[in-house]
Amino acid sequence: MDYEAVIGLEVHVELNTNSKMFCGCSTTFHAPPNTCVCPVCLGMPGVLPAINRKAVEYGIAVGLVLNCTISKWSKMDRKNYFYPDLAKNYQISQYDLPLAYGGWLDVEVDGRTKRIGITRAHLEEDTARNTHTLGGGDSGVDFNRSGVPLLEIVTEPDIRSAQEAYAYLTLLKQILSYLGVSDCNMEEGSLRAEANVSVRRVGDPKLGVKTEIKNVASFSGTYKAIEYEIARQISVLSRGESVVQETRGWDPDRGITVSQRSKESAHDYRYFPEPDLVPIAVNDEWVEKIRASLPELPRARKQRFVTQYSLSEYDAGVLTTTRAMAEYFEETVRAGAPPKPAANWIMGDLQALLTESKQEISSCRIAPSDLAEMIILIEKGTISGKIAKDLLPEMFATGSPPDKLIKEKNLVQLSDISELESIAREVIAANPGPAADYRAGKTKALGFLVGQLMKATQGRANPKLANELLIKELNKIS
Amino acid sequence: MAKEWFRLTAHEIRDAVLGGAVSAEEVTRSFLSRIEQVDSKVCAYVDVWRDAAISRAREIDARIRKEGFRGALAGVPISIKDVLCTKQGYTTCCSKILRGYRSPFDATVVERLWEAGAIFLGKTNMDEFAMGSSTENSAVQLTRNPWNLDYVPGGSSGGSAASVAADEAACSLGSDTGGSIRQPAACCGCVGLKPTYGRVSRYGLVAFASSLDQIGPFTKDVEDCALMLGTIAGRDPRDSTSVDLPVPDYCQALNKDIKGLRVGMPREYFTEALGGEVREKIEEAIRSLEKLGAEVVEVRLPHTEYAIAVYYIICTAEASANLARFDGVRYGYRSPRATDMRQMYHLSRSEGFGPEVRRRIILGTYVLSSGYYDAYYLKAQKVRSLIRQDFVKAFEMCDVIVTPTSPTPAFRIGEKTDDPLQMYLSDIYTISVNLAAIPGLSMPCGFTKGGLPVGLQLLGKHFDEMTLLRVADAYEKNRGFDIGHPPIN
Ligand SMILES: [Zn+2]
Repeated sequence: MDYEAVIGLEVHVELNTNSKMFCGCSTTFHAPPNTCVCPVCLGMPGVLPAINRKAVEYGIAVGLVLNCTISKWSKMDRKNYFYPDLAKNYQISQYDLPLAYGGWLDVEVDGRTKRIGITRAHLEEDTARNTHTLGGGDSGVDFNRSGVPLLEIVTEPDIRSAQEAYAYLTLLKQILSYLGVSDCNMEEGSLRAEANVSVRRVGDPKLGVKTEIKNVASFSGTYKAIEYEIARQISVLSRGESVVQETRGWDPDRGITVSQRSKESAHDYRYFPEPDLVPIAVNDEWVEKIRASLPELPRARKQRFVTQYSLSEYDAGVLTTTRAMAEYFEETVRAGAPPKPAANWIMGDLQALLTESKQEISSCRIAPSDLAEMIILIEKGTISGKIAKDLLPEMFATGSPPDKLIKEKNLVQLSDISELESIAREVIAANPGPAADYRAGKTKALGFLVGQLMKATQGRANPKLANELLIKELNKIS
Repeated sequence: MAKEWFRLTAHEIRDAVLGGAVSAEEVTRSFLSRIEQVDSKVCAYVDVWRDAAISRAREIDARIRKEGFRGALAGVPISIKDVLCTKQGYTTCCSKILRGYRSPFDATVVERLWEAGAIFLGKTNMDEFAMGSSTENSAVQLTRNPWNLDYVPGGSSGGSAASVAADEAACSLGSDTGGSIRQPAACCGCVGLKPTYGRVSRYGLVAFASSLDQIGPFTKDVEDCALMLGTIAGRDPRDSTSVDLPVPDYCQALNKDIKGLRVGMPREYFTEALGGEVREKIEEAIRSLEKLGAEVVEVRLPHTEYAIAVYYIICTAEASANLARFDGVRYGYRSPRATDMRQMYHLSRSEGFGPEVRRRIILGTYVLSSGYYDAYYLKAQKVRSLIRQDFVKAFEMCDVIVTPTSPTPAFRIGEKTDDPLQMYLSDIYTISVNLAAIPGLSMPCGFTKGGLPVGLQLLGKHFDEMTLLRVADAYEKNRGFDIGHPPIN
C-alpha cells in the first residue's frame, strides 16, 4: 500500500534587533550569564512591557517577502504556563491576530518548483535558558535570552517529503539572512525548526495523526528526523496499529525520534489579550516604506548576475548564496575588476582561504577594492597570475593592499626585454640538451626551458614574454 | 507648644515652606511625631522611613536656600501605598510572598512626586495585592478607621486613607482597580481620585488587573487633589497604555462656578436598595449643587446589574496571570519544605498567598480555561463595552454623574470577613467606573449619626478631570460643614 507524508514546519527566528522585544536590554549572545537583564525581562513586580518597533518592522519585512498579508491591526496575547525559564510565567505572544498571514514561498526541488503555503508569522518573546550543570543538583537560569524578539513562521501542511522540508528551510534561512533580520545561527539557537509529520494513504483526503518533532539542532538533522518519522509512522500503520499524537525529540546519536510528551499532558495555555500593550496598528504608508527598503532577494539577484555580468547560472548561484558574498562580488566589480576573473578569484582562492580559516566573507580582511586592484594588475601584466596566487594569502593574512606587498616583496613582473633576453640566453647556455632537443623539433622541451627561466627570476618573468624570447633565442642560433 | 503642622493641607505646607515660615525639616518632624503618637492605634503604616524623611527634608531646605527650588510639593510629607515600587524600604503589597522584597526602581509616580519636592514618610497598609475592601486582607496588620477605631478604613488602600484622615500624612498615593481609592476615601472622610485609565503611568504599580488599575491621590481637600494629579499625570514611555494628551493645569478648575452644569443621577443607582443615612446625605449634596446653579437630570445606566459579575471575571483573569510571577524562583518567598520544582511552585504559592488572593487566582484561572473562555472572559469583555457605552450615552445628557461612593458607611472590623460576596457588593458603585475607564472622585458629604463619614462620588467623561475637580471644589466650598479632624490623639 502507498503512503504519502504530510508535513508542516514551525520555524522560530530570533530577530537581531539591538534591544529586546519589550525592554532596552542588549541582545548580545556571548555575554556572561544574567548581565543583559533588567527588571522588565526578569519579570520583577511593577514592570510593564514597551514594544520594540524595530522588531515589528522586521516581522513586517519577513511577512512581505513571504507574500503574506500584513495585519492592519494585530495584538499581543499572554500565553500562560509555569516554567523557571519564563520570567513572568506567561509569554507575550500573538494568538488569534498575527502580524502577517496567508503567504507562500516557492522552493526548487529536483529542478521543479514547489509552492509552500505560509499560514502565519507572529511576534513573541524568547524565554531564558535553564542550565543543569551547576552541580549539587542545583539548576541555574540565564535571563540574557529572556525577552529577545522571536518571529514564529508557520507553514501550511503542504510539504510532502524531507527533501522539500530541507529545501524550504534552506531557502527561508537564505532569505532571512538576506533581509538581515536574524543571525540565523542554529548552534546559538537563533533559528529553530519544529516539524509536524503525519502520513496517510495516497488519495485519502483525511489527514493522519501527527507527531511534533522538536529539539533538532540542524537542517540536516531535521531532514533525517523527518525521514525517520515518516518510515516509523508507515511501519506503525502497516502493522495495523495507530500513530499516537505526541511530541517527539530527535536523538542524533541513535538517529531516531523519541516520545517526549503525549497530548493528554499538553498545556492549556489560557491565552488572553495582553492588557499592558495597545494593539499594533500598521498603516499602508508604513508597509510601503518597509517594502521600498527591502533588499534584492537571492533569486532576483542571481538572474541579474547572469544578465548583467554574463556569468554562468552556476557561478551566479554560488555568488548569491549569501548577501555578503554577492555584495563583495559587486563591490569588487564596481572597483574596476572584470566580472569573470572577479568571480573566479572569489569562488576559488578566496573561498578556499575563508573555508580554511573558518571565516565569513563579511569579516574578510581583503577589501573588495584591493582584490579588484590585484586583478587589474594581473590584467595589465604588472604581476603574473602565479604571483597573484601567492600574493592573495599575504593580503588575506595582513589586510595590506596589493601594491604595498608587491613593492615590499619585489614581486613586479619582469617585462624588460633586454634583461629577459640575456636571462634566456643564460638558460639556453646552461641547458644545452633540452635546447638541442627543441631545435631537433621536440617542441615539448620548451616547457622545461620556460620553467627554468621562471625559476631564475623567482617567478617574476612575464610568462608570455619569456615564451616568445626563448623561441626567438633558440631559433637565432640555429 | 510647637505648631501642629500635620493638620495642614499640602498646598498650605508648600506655601509655608517656600515662604520661609517653616522649614521642611520642622514640618517633617511634626508629622513623624504625629505618627509616633497615633499610629499605634490607627496602624496605617507598615514601614516608616524616619531617618530618610528627615535627611530628605534637609535636602529640600538646602535646595530652597541655595538653588531657589520651587517644587509644586516642596516639603510636603506624603505616604505611599505598599503596592507602589520604591527603592527606599520594602515593597511587599502586604503579602507574605513579598516579605522583605526591595524594588530596584521607583514607580514613575514616585519619581514625579520626588521631582516636585515631596518628602516620603513610608509605606501604608493595604489588602494583600490590593484585593479587598476593608484592608483586613493584609498579611501584616489591621488598620483602623481614625473616626472610630472599631471600624474598618475601607480598602484596599485603607492605610493610605487612614494616614491622611489621621493627619499622619498630608497626602497619599493609592491604587484603584474597582474602588480601592474612592471607597476608603469615603470611609475615612478624605478626597480620593481615580483618574481616567491612561492618565497616570502604571509603571511601578504592582499589577492586580492591568486593564482596570489606576494610581491616584488621597488628599484633605480638592485643591490638593488637583495639585497631586497635575504632578503625577502624563505620558510615560514605559507604560504603553498611558495616553499622550497634554496635562492641563488642574488648579485652573478651582474657584469656578457651576451655573448651568448638568448633574446626572443614574436611575439604576438610586433604587429602593439604597436607603438610610447614605441616601439622605447624597440627596442633601445634590440639593447643594442645585443651589449653586447646577441642573439635575436623570440618566440611565442600563447594564449596571452586570457590572459586579463582569468585574470579577476580568479582574481575576488578569490577576491570575499578573500574580504568576510570584513563584519563588527569582525573588520573594520560597517554601523551605519544597524538594523539587513542582513543589517549589505549589508550596511557595500556597503558603505565600493569603486566602482571598488564592480565591481570585483560582477563579481567574478557571474563567480563562479552555472551554470556559468564551462563556466567561469573552462575554465579560463584550458586556464591559456595553457598560462603557452606557456612560458615553449618559454623558450626552450631563457633564458629571453623582452617586454614593459606597452603599454603606464603614463597617465594623470582622463584620464581613466571612462573607466574600457581601464584601464584593460594597464596591457596587465604584467598579463600573473602572470598567468604563472614566475618572471618579470621592469626597466627604457629611457624617452618619454614629460619626462616620459618608462619601459622595462624582464621575466624569474620559480625561475630563477638570470638570470633576471644578464641581468638587465648588461643592467643598459651599457644603456648609467643616470636615474637621477625627477624635484621635
Ligand atoms: Zn531587560
